[in-house]
Amino acid sequence: MISCALNLAARVWRVFARPSVHFSLGFLTLGGFLAGVLFWGGFNTALEATNKEAFCISCHEMKNNPYEELKQTIHFTNRSGVRATCPDCHVPHEWTDKIARKMQASKEVWGKIFGTIDTREKFLDKRLELANHEWSRLKANNSLECRNCHSAESMDITRQNPRAAKMHETYLFTGERTCIDCHKGIAHRLPDMNGVQPGWTGTVSAK
Amino acid sequence: MKIRLTFGALALAAAIPVLASGVFAADAPKVPSGPHPITQDIPAEPMGREVTDDIKKVRNYADQPPLIPHAIRDYQIDLNINKCLTCHDRKNTEGSQAPMISVTHFQDRDGQTLGTVSPRRYFCIQCHVPQTDAKPIVGNSFVDIDKVLGNGALGGGKEGAK
Ligand code: HEC
Ligand code: HEC
Ligand code: HEC
Ligand code: HEC
Repeated sequence: MISCALNLAARVWRVFARPSVHFSLGFLTLGGFLAGVLFWGGFNTALEATNKEAFCISCHEMKNNPYEELKQTIHFTNRSGVRATCPDCHVPHEWTDKIARKMQASKEVWGKIFGTIDTREKFLDKRLELANHEWSRLKANNSLECRNCHSAESMDITRQNPRAAKMHETYLFTGERTCIDCHKGIAHRLPDMNGVQPGWTGTVSAK
Repeated sequence: MKIRLTFGALALAAAIPVLASGVFAADAPKVPSGPHPITQDIPAEPMGREVTDDIKKVRNYADQPPLIPHAIRDYQIDLNINKCLTCHDRKNTEGSQAPMISVTHFQDRDGQTLGTVSPRRYFCIQCHVPQTDAKPIVGNSFVDIDKVLGNGALGGGKEGAK
């Protein structure tokens, strides 16, 4: 029995190892390439699918809270008609970062199963903690997602309101602060901010 | 005959409010979306543009709450955070270089001075409002106090709207 199986294996191997007589080398190379493209493409598409806003708001936790709030803000409706979707701000566009973020997102599936934020009340109670994660992420990557759309280089501060221009000149262009230090709550309502200082405070004279 | 006359007089009397309101209606401000038959669709006028040039406007009288010269879209003012105070609170003005809220804002209604902003002053936009470039639809005969006193030279010489 065993020898029979071994025999078969040896035969298969011989076929496999023999130089191809039916297919040209060119075909094989191309075929391999195509298969690779298909595989990679499929992987990519799966990732893209989870990147869509529709995916995010397929969970009521995300639809009833962050999405409903986003709809009121300038990132959803404005005079230029350009809008930001959830993944624009929440999933880094770099490949490696992207996968790292997806791994972290399994926490959300866990949260879904155990209903960590399945009511508005639970969400509000947990909001400070969740927001804190986002703030530290954006702080650590120097507000990468914001900068994917707004670049400090292309900011013409002479076209900004004096108030904004002065802030950006003093703290942003000097690299002292990053977007999220000053622009918290730009897309959602804020949790209790007691003890969270605005980006421009505590920079001048330490108290 | 007499009865008919009385009826006529009564009818006339009843008509007076209608006639009078007709006269008033002619005087009423011309707003396209103003009084019109409910069956008719009247396009709304375009909204005024916000004035957000950060230029302080003159106060029409000394204790007028100053106008807000900048955008306040989506500024959250609730139990969790007061976005205005992130710049205008005493502790934040050094970094923001914004004017500090007036000392009156620290007093409660009994005149007691508190350590922080008084609850009755917390909701900023009850008194302070931004402006748009909309033209007033009703005239206004307000006269600046300096003009009344005849010493406009001291400044604050903004003309009352005519
Ligand atoms: C399976 C349902 C579900 C989907 C789909 C989903 N979320 Fe969530 N999300 C949750 C739950 C539940 C939590 C709370 C997790 C917890 O309790 O820590 C959460 C938390 C978050 C947080 C806070 C993260 C943190 O670090 O604390 C962000 C940001 C977020 N989601 C964004 C998104 C975005 C962007 C998408 C689309 C790419 C998305 N979510 C799709 C259910 C979902
Ligand atoms: C313009 C960027 C932007 C967009 C678009 C955006 N978010 Fe956020 N989101 C943030 C920031 C910044 C935070 C950190 C908390 C804060 O400052 O409000 C955050 C926080 C969160 C949190 C943590 C809880 C909280 O409210 O703080 C969740 C969950 C979340 N976002 C989900 C979403 C979902 C779902 C969408 C799409 C409907 C979305 N976000 C769209 C920027 C954005
Ligand atoms: C998908 C692109 C995109 C992303 C990502 C994005 N924004 Fe925006 N942002 C916009 C657009 C579009 C506008 C509206 C421009 C307009 O019409 O005035 C805007 C407006 C703003 C404004 C002006 C608000 C106002 O009331 O005038 C601020 C501040 C801002 N964004 C900060 C941020 C921050 C902070 C982040 C990162 C958390 C971010 N944005 C991420 C596209 C984006
Ligand atoms: C030191 C704090 C600070 C930092 C850092 C900062 N901003 Fe701002 N920004 C402000 C203030 C203050 C305003 C005006 C008030 C407001 O819009 O809330 C403003 C206004 C804006 C506006 C509206 C401009 C206008 O003319 O109305 C945009 C867009 C903006 N910021 C984007 C960004 C982006 C993107 C970054 C990061 C690359 C950033 N800001 C970093 C403080 C800051």
